[in-house]
Amino acid sequence: MSRKLSTGVSILIILAFVFSMVPAAVAQEAGGGEIIDRVLERGKVVCGGRTDLAGFGMLDEAGNNMGFDIDLCRAVAAAVLGDPTAIEVVPLTAADRGPALQTAEVDLLSRNVTWTSSRDSQWGNFTTIMFYDGQGFMIREDSGITSTDEFDGATVCVTSGTTTEQNLADFFRQNGMEYEAVIFEETPAVYSAYEEGRCDITTSDKSQLASVRSGFAEPDAHIILDITISKEPLTPAVPHGDDTWFDTVKLVMWALINAEELGVTMDNVEEMKGSENINVLRLLGQEGDWGYTDLGLAPEALANAIAAVGNYGEVYDRYMGPEGLAFTLPRGPNNLWTNGGLIYAPPIK
Amino acid sequence: MAANQPSIQFKSSIPFYRDERVIKAFAQVVSAVLIIGFVIWAILNFLDAAEARNMTLTFDFLEEAAGFPISNPPIEYEPDMTFGRAFLVGLVNTLLVSVTGIVAATILGTLVALARLSSNWLLSKIALAYIEFHRNIPLLVLLFIWYFSAFTQLPSVKESIIWPGIIINQRGFYLTWPRLTETGQPFAIASAIGILLAIILYSVLRRRREITGKDTYYGPISLAILIILPLIGWLLSDGTPFQLDVPFLKGFNYKGGLRLTPEFTAMFLGLAMYTAAFIAEVVRAGIQAVDRGQIEAARAVGLSTNQVLSLVIMPQALRIIIPPMISQYLNLTKNSSLALAIGFQEVFSVGKIAINQAGRAVPVFALVMLTYLSLSLFTSFVLNIYNRRIQFVSR
Amino acid sequence: MTSQQATQEVLRPPQPPGLIKWIRDNLFNSWFNSLLTVIFLPIVFFAVVNIIIWAFTVADWRAVTQFPMLYAVGQYPRDEVWRVGIGLSAIVFLLGASWGNWGGLLQSISIAFGIAFAVFAILPVQHDQLDLNMRLYLGGNVILLLLGYLIGRMKAVKGGHIVIGWGIVPFLAVFLLTGRRGSELLPDVATTLWGGLLVTFLLSAGGILLSFPIGVALALGRRSTLPVVKAFSTIFIETIRGVPLITILFMFSIILALFLPAESRIDRLVRALMAVTFFSAAYSAENVRGGLQAVPLGQIEAAKAVGMNGLQTMVFIVLPQAIRAVLPAIVGQFIALFKDTTLVVIVGINDLLGIGRSIINSDPEFVQLQLEVYLFIAIVYWIFSYLMSLASRRLEAALGVSTKL
Repeated sequence: MSRKLSTGVSILIILAFVFSMVPAAVAQEAGGGEIIDRVLERGKVVCGGRTDLAGFGMLDEAGNNMGFDIDLCRAVAAAVLGDPTAIEVVPLTAADRGPALQTAEVDLLSRNVTWTSSRDSQWGNFTTIMFYDGQGFMIREDSGITSTDEFDGATVCVTSGTTTEQNLADFFRQNGMEYEAVIFEETPAVYSAYEEGRCDITTSDKSQLASVRSGFAEPDAHIILDITISKEPLTPAVPHGDDTWFDTVKLVMWALINAEELGVTMDNVEEMKGSENINVLRLLGQEGDWGYTDLGLAPEALANAIAAVGNYGEVYDRYMGPEGLAFTLPRGPNNLWTNGGLIYAPPIK
Repeated sequence: MAANQPSIQFKSSIPFYRDERVIKAFAQVVSAVLIIGFVIWAILNFLDAAEARNMTLTFDFLEEAAGFPISNPPIEYEPDMTFGRAFLVGLVNTLLVSVTGIVAATILGTLVALARLSSNWLLSKIALAYIEFHRNIPLLVLLFIWYFSAFTQLPSVKESIIWPGIIINQRGFYLTWPRLTETGQPFAIASAIGILLAIILYSVLRRRREITGKDTYYGPISLAILIILPLIGWLLSDGTPFQLDVPFLKGFNYKGGLRLTPEFTAMFLGLAMYTAAFIAEVVRAGIQAVDRGQIEAARAVGLSTNQVLSLVIMPQALRIIIPPMISQYLNLTKNSSLALAIGFQEVFSVGKIAINQAGRAVPVFALVMLTYLSLSLFTSFVLNIYNRRIQFVSR
Repeated sequence: MTSQQATQEVLRPPQPPGLIKWIRDNLFNSWFNSLLTVIFLPIVFFAVVNIIIWAFTVADWRAVTQFPMLYAVGQYPRDEVWRVGIGLSAIVFLLGASWGNWGGLLQSISIAFGIAFAVFAILPVQHDQLDLNMRLYLGGNVILLLLGYLIGRMKAVKGGHIVIGWGIVPFLAVFLLTGRRGSELLPDVATTLWGGLLVTFLLSAGGILLSFPIGVALALGRRSTLPVVKAFSTIFIETIRGVPLITILFMFSIILALFLPAESRIDRLVRALMAVTFFSAAYSAENVRGGLQAVPLGQIEAAKAVGMNGLQTMVFIVLPQAIRAVLPAIVGQFIALFKDTTLVVIVGINDLLGIGRSIINSDPEFVQLQLEVYLFIAIVYWIFSYLMSLASRRLEAALGVSTKL
């Protein structure tokens, strides 16, 4: 048959096919250069986030992103672009948050990420710890277990692919106990399997355990043990290689914390611009340079961020406070250092 | 093909750019340069990226400690064992669920096909509903429904369903299972030899009979061997080659017996039932494709009903059934990768965890792809040999 | 059926079988069948009754009914949803026109769509997302469908016009949905906001449209005499067919970036689309190859004899016959693709299943309503793939070719 012709046609088409990939790859936003320039040019901050974690990154009825992590992203957008809505949230899975940061696909990774040394060296620059979490255990009350000493032989439900799973393995190994792991890809799967009784124990970050327990049919039938087996400092991160952007994001985070310390809130930010307190005036860009000239920002950039999402405490309470949209979790370590917590930021001056 | 190639007789009148050989050579070169160039371009990019991110490209990590647990490993595994071991656990799980799934799907699919062809209206409609239900819903959604609506709703350990030989609760299906005793080894060996010898004798003697036409008594001889050898083994093992391993309650959970975890069972059943719907259609089409005249002709030459079925219908139906069946088996094997959604950890799921451990994405991924590829190639290779035999015999 | 029965049927004038006779013939025609009926009838009865009781009393459908727009379009900005609406209306109108022009199978599909729109337009429930505007829009679509039907029936409208219309729709849809940066009327909407059924349809429709030409190219490439082209096509096809879709998706979403220049980026949705497309193309290629082998050599020789050149022979003689022969198989492949798009959740794209998962997680109370959400999603998939398989059976009958499963 007409081999010649099928050859000709196929070359043409295969060439088209091969080359169709090249423009697709190149026509996309040409990267490189400074992230801040890209953000300004695009008019949007691209944040890596989640849409499926209550409290941190979730959807409202109209499909808007919201949550603690998302508000941090909004604060950056408000500071840099003056518009807290100028964000684009890229939902990332646990597996592709590292690559997304490494390739600078996102300007800011604000997705419930634990800061570890290896991630810091491989993924990107971690800014400031915004949430102190730790891995804990939840058990059902009627199991009769009262402490971790009685865990031997238990069945544990856990999510795969995160530090949680490794911490669990380390914990049982160090204590010389046996356990049976039931491992799921998806967080909701873990908790519904646990609630239905597939496991005796479930383990995760304590904030998550609290959130999930509040949704159970009988929240009181489950206990979150006091023990914390790991440090989970949840920290927004930016890609390697752009100091200005790194500093900018860090400063915005510091500003939210300082604002709470100084009593500046979403509502009183305008009023506070005429405050007597020199530290408040500096924070709000009314006096002195907090570094905006070097970073190329407006003097009121931090004030804008606070006006957009409120101070650290307000962001926390919006989702996890007593009237929180997602669940209620006492602030504990996430209280200001002045109130006995760990939240502490360098001064804005 | 030779007749097809127009011979070029008026070489001089054809400009070189229309000369077939020139065009062909040109096309060879251009296509080779473009495709190979594209591949090299991609590899160069990759090497740059690997260098920029300090990625490990070797398989050394297979020797490192994995650090993560695996649910109910089928072979011995602890988090302090190597990645290689973890991967092997995943592979065994994949094979386990694929092989059992294929067997169950074939049996169930054939039953559904027969039900579909039944003259009982109700049964036929039930089979139809079964097929249409499974064929039109994504497997991933079906698995979610199966696992979360059926398997997590099983009774707790204290309220286990206890039937003779099986205990069912949330922690799994515990089957009473025969296990070899210490003296059972001779029996196992003798049985294995017996089965092997019986099969060999059966085929050799049968072929002799086909060639020579003399009766070689292949049936009775192989049957005798099948009985006698294990019997000798039985006597050697003092008459107690097996003991029944009965599950019993110890602490919070049942111990002993053969335990199937809910995750495995859900995956196995979900996969088998889903694929059975497709297999049912394959089998139905195969049976319906056998010409009625064939059956009538077979009756006319005096074959019994059994002979009609085994000598006329089945060989012809199988010929049509086998090729699509092979692709269903391959689909089932590949679909077993969805097990990660319901907590059964096979190759892909283990690989995904390993990828999360920063920097190893490419070698781990290559390993996962190669594993599936060789599984697929191996399965289709074996089944294609069988297929060829069937096709040959039937001609 | 024995020959005796057949004779009787011929002799007797056909009469409508009575209910009792029907039952006897179909449920109790032998002792074995009677036994089966006696066993299965109660089982079916209780199963159906229990499911109905569960669905209307026990089940809590809040996680489904509260978020119709989320399931439909995901996070697509609510102010811009009209753009999705226009795209849908354009399809509805063209469907109506096709129905008017060709009838047949399209008639049943159009009527099914029309009824669905009408039912939702007058659904007697209070729902804040089913307000007057939405009802008017849905009702408007029914009118648009009928309008399309009338236009399609007009003598002046040829099939070609409608085909051109269908050709324009994908471009129109992509243009409308993405918008342009800085535009007042059509501000750009990032693909990360697209979700729900919209993404499920875009991925499957996009995958189907794009994979087919690539599949044809690969099939031809595999038969090519150029060793590099042949090797490339064969390796491509066999590799992709040998691994699960999930690994391909994973490769495109995570590994692909490493093989591209350092700073280039491909949109996430496009990456998923590429994965789905290439996966499907490998299967289409094998289907088309089967078709190519089925074209008799005489056809090609005849084409040569009447003076067609190679390209003409391929385009006008070989491919049309090859594709016609394997069309049912290709349709079957596309139904599979539609279902397979669910796997994109695993790489973090919020398709219908992904949105369902996000909803389950938006409120800790919903974690217990997983079954309802998954069942709802299963029903949606079931309806669409069942319609597609009905269509493919009709198509098969119309073409007069049988599938080779």
